[in-house]
Amino acid sequence: MDLVYIAHIGVILFTFFMLLNSAAVLVLMERKVAAFLQQRLGPNRTGPWGTLQPVADILKLLFKEELRPLAADRWLFALAPILSVTAAFSAFAVVPWGGTTTLFGLLPEPVPLRVADVNVGILVLFAITSMGIYGIVLAGWSSNSKYSLLGGLRSSAQMISYELSYGLALGAVLLLGNSLSLTDIVNQQSGYWFGVIPRWFIFIQPLGFVIYMIAGIAETNRAPFDFPEAEQELVAGYHTEYSSFRFALFFLAEYVNMVTVSAVATTLFLGGWHGPFLPEWLGWLWWLAKLFALLFFYIWMRWTLPRYRYDQLMHFGWKVLLPVAVINLLLTAAAVLYWG
Amino acid sequence: MTDPHPVTATRTPVQFDTDELVINMGPQHPSTHGVLRLILRLDGERVVDADVVIGYLHRGIEKLSESRDWTQIVLLTDRMDYVAAATNNLGYCETVEKLMGLEVPRRAQYIRTVLAELQRLASHLVWLGTHAMDIGAVTVFLYCLRERELVLDLFEEYCGARLTYNSRRVGGLPADLPVGWDRKVREFCDIVDQKIVDYEQLLTQNRIWLERTRDIGVISGADAIAMGFCGPPLRASGVMRDVRKDEPYAAYEEFAFDIPVGAAGDTYDRYLVRLEEFKQSTRIIRQALDGMPEGPVMGKVPRLIKPPAGETYHAIESPKGEIGFFIASDGKSLSPYRFRVRPPSFCNLQVLPKLVRGHLVADVVALIGTIDIVLGEVDR
Repeated sequence: MDLVYIAHIGVILFTFFMLLNSAAVLVLMERKVAAFLQQRLGPNRTGPWGTLQPVADILKLLFKEELRPLAADRWLFALAPILSVTAAFSAFAVVPWGGTTTLFGLLPEPVPLRVADVNVGILVLFAITSMGIYGIVLAGWSSNSKYSLLGGLRSSAQMISYELSYGLALGAVLLLGNSLSLTDIVNQQSGYWFGVIPRWFIFIQPLGFVIYMIAGIAETNRAPFDFPEAEQELVAGYHTEYSSFRFALFFLAEYVNMVTVSAVATTLFLGGWHGPFLPEWLGWLWWLAKLFALLFFYIWMRWTLPRYRYDQLMHFGWKVLLPVAVINLLLTAAAVLYWG
Repeated sequence: MTDPHPVTATRTPVQFDTDELVINMGPQHPSTHGVLRLILRLDGERVVDADVVIGYLHRGIEKLSESRDWTQIVLLTDRMDYVAAATNNLGYCETVEKLMGLEVPRRAQYIRTVLAELQRLASHLVWLGTHAMDIGAVTVFLYCLRERELVLDLFEEYCGARLTYNSRRVGGLPADLPVGWDRKVREFCDIVDQKIVDYEQLLTQNRIWLERTRDIGVISGADAIAMGFCGPPLRASGVMRDVRKDEPYAAYEEFAFDIPVGAAGDTYDRYLVRLEEFKQSTRIIRQALDGMPEGPVMGKVPRLIKPPAGETYHAIESPKGEIGFFIASDGKSLSPYRFRVRPPSFCNLQVLPKLVRGHLVADVVALIGTIDIVLGEVDR
């Protein structure tokens, strides 16, 4: 029993560690993919193929001077990045990233590969990811800088325009899965229809997936919806006044948020760790593959599209995304009632 | 009959603090294209008014020219619109030639036209890249600079410099074309024609691009003329005015090309007009290379350039608009008595406050991009 307990803690620590690493991997991936799209080389001086670039970036940020504007609200200024990064990390807790493992028979009973299986997982996720916006709003407000303030205001305007559709897209999956636990939802996506098509929810919820991804991009403040930081307009938006490690925390939060949103999309729509060809215990490879496909899509979007204007996103969110999400939810509910 | 809702107490409405937010955009800002400073008065994110503050790059080029001799001034004109130095050279040299009544050999005229159009391509590439980057499409910027690099290579091969060319002389050109240069120019034209298709795929029909540029900064043709708009922005408002057609200079008279004209006068039309100018420029270059006459590239010019007393104004079509030079000579000294430039960037910039009024902060950067200014020319 003790061994299982230790294994559980091991999984938790491992998840946290890998989440930290994923930010580093993503930084490199973003720069390499961007370079590829723009016909450049990207980082190639630090280590083989530039692999040490994230390390160099982090070290540089750590050794920078920590600056705080005199007029800034001291406590909120310090709190904001912590809030951002905490929300980003803790949201991941309910996402399962693999089936179960006995570590090649070492453990007396199988240990699930996730931090926690909360029976209201989707609600927890929704609650915590929405918290992240407070970090940005507070950062914008407490900096006492006009550009930061505009960035903070934009992010709250942005939040109210996508959050509803985001919730409704999740709601449709919830109806299909008839459960709030992410592990349950993943398990319902195992197996095949007609023996060939994986029973992933994306095939019965394509609209929900699209809505979720659009809202997810808005949620993580990534281009084309990166208004709070829009560097061409607001210099750097909410984190204009941040430097050194506090800036690094915002940076980290952005990438971890991307991972979380992609991981949830993988879990809810792409069948989590289920996939053909690989044995059950290698399911996490499928999970990683799907996750990175989505992350690549994120980066691809960022370097291809121009930026929306935040009032246009609000129009889009309220007049297009929300009605579509409501219809999608109603149709799903009707279908579940009829066939379910 | 009694009032069903009698007013029992008058509530004082809550007083909100509704000051306008004044923000200072520039002179150090990622998208003010150098050292432009805007003082924006905002209501929320809506721009109530904008003040343009210029002069951060003032070097006194006009005054400086009055104490330099006539050949040295070519160098100074390089430093005005440094994105399109060759056009400035051309404008200045033609003005002096007009003042002195010099004849420029036909071959020199053709080469000047080719160089001017290459410069237009380079300048428009910089414009497209930065304009798209301001709106958030960063990749377009790198694509555009990739092609601009090829123009710079061509210029380097011709005159040795990549940015400030000093590529004209009063009465002609410093050098004939290098061997094989025209073939490279043709190759470059083919490349540009191909790449324009790429840019159009990335932007022209892009929903986000359309929403960000359509109906943004609309200005009517009459207003545009009244405010001294010139160049592609003026043509986008539906006014047919291009110095190359209206008052032909260099060898433009001998080539067939169209002047694209917009209708709506918004940012999208200004984008389309310039994109079409790319195609017209390559068309002109090809014609000029095909019909390149033989002969000298330098006319008969006195050793000492000393125009007779008098004054003249001459304008040419730079990529930004109509660049004009007013030069007065007293006929005695070795430098101009009075030297004054009509800079297109400056004239276009004064329309900016009118354009941005009522738009959002995000549109301000799009509008700075769309009028295509170079601060070196605005401030001189």
